[in-house]
Amino acid sequence: MTDRTTTLTAEDLEKELAAYLSEKTKTEVGPADDVFASGLVSSMFAMQLVVHLESTYDVAIIGPELKIDNFRTAQVMAALVLRLSDEAGDA
Amino acid sequence: MTLVKCLVWDLDNTLWQGTLLEDGDVRLPDEVRAVIVELDSRGILQSVASKNDHDLAWKKLEELGVAEYFLVPRIGWGRKSDAVMGIARDLQFALSTVAFVDDTPTERAEVNYHAPEVRCYTEQDVLSLIGLPEFSPEVVTVDARRRREMYRANALRTEEQESFDGPDEDFLRSLDLVMEIRRADDDDLSRVEELTLRTSQMNATGVHYPDRVLRGLLADPAHEVLTITLTDRFGPHGAVGVLLLERHPGVWRLKLLATSCRVVAFGAGTVLLNWLVDQAAQAGVHLAADFRPTDRNRMMEIAYRFAGFTQDPCVCLAGIGDPAGGDVQCLHLVTARREGPATMRLLSPDLTVATSI
Ligand SMILES: [Zn+2]
Repeated sequence: MTDRTTTLTAEDLEKELAAYLSEKTKTEVGPADDVFASGLVSSMFAMQLVVHLESTYDVAIIGPELKIDNFRTAQVMAALVLRLSDEAGDA
Repeated sequence: MTLVKCLVWDLDNTLWQGTLLEDGDVRLPDEVRAVIVELDSRGILQSVASKNDHDLAWKKLEELGVAEYFLVPRIGWGRKSDAVMGIARDLQFALSTVAFVDDTPTERAEVNYHAPEVRCYTEQDVLSLIGLPEFSPEVVTVDARRRREMYRANALRTEEQESFDGPDEDFLRSLDLVMEIRRADDDDLSRVEELTLRTSQMNATGVHYPDRVLRGLLADPAHEVLTITLTDRFGPHGAVGVLLLERHPGVWRLKLLATSCRVVAFGAGTVLLNWLVDQAAQAGVHLAADFRPTDRNRMMEIAYRFAGFTQDPCVCLAGIGDPAGGDVQCLHLVTARREGPATMRLLSPDLTVATSI
């Protein structure tokens, strides 16, 4: 677990990720907006998204965790990051 | 022997006879012209690094009827090593695949000093270049011969993308992309040979199928061998993918999916995968995909997973035999109809009807 994720609350993370999505898609994205449903993101973007989460929050997203439902909104992505860094911290 | 992918020419007393700024007129021997045309037909790109007046020299190349053969020329008064390295950068080639031909020993020495990987040749080598193994690719694919046009189209595309201010999908839509998926014949397979080589960067399955194995499966009713080409309004991207599918009663097994890294940014892999899922859904079968993770195919793993593939067990998998090797995973999907792509037009066969041989 990194110092960064210990100090971040779910709400901070959601805001940060929503801002990231807004910047990347050049569209205003709220914490609960489904970026895949709106057709805003490409497969290339899916890759960028995974790499962004992994490098920024120092988590590894592998195998079954790569399902699209973990990436639909800033909220679920924040939950994924917190859960994965908790698991890493417990291990 | 590393093949040369790009030859950079000096002009005065190398490409043409004479010194343009001193002699005023220069001569391009027919034999040299033939070398230029032959290298081009082999898919070897060519460029120019010349200390000359740019406008004058380029106008002369146009007059001589060979200007079109040279991509990203560097004609000016800077160092030749900078010119050669700049050309390699523009074309995204490693220096070890670039060659340089110049009649002046000091120029060759300068390039050799700053870029030792670049192979240098003299003006006396010019006519024998086409007999050298490093200029003789074993297989010349249809696309190799069109490579120059594809690079030119690509440069235009990049320029336009950099100036495009909007979501990526809007940019993709503005390209008028057309993807064609076809049941392959022998010629089609020659065009994707580079993709089926072991080194292919975007082999989504991570499992290698040699060219001769694919050819052997062309007539096998249990297998589908498909090739994929892509074009847009700037021109062709050429053959960009190959796919091998094995039919079983309740499931289709995707054994090979390799796409060119040139078209990753266009989402070609995902479009292809979506189409296949939809075809399988129409045929009432599940999909299984052999997948071996490599350090280069993570994007396709993400594409599979985001498309809904899992490693969950299913009864349909009982009859398909073992995956291709010990570390190969079997990803599985219960298929459902999918919408066609929003970013490109798709021309494709109907896989629900097996070909009759
Ligand atoms: Zn199944």
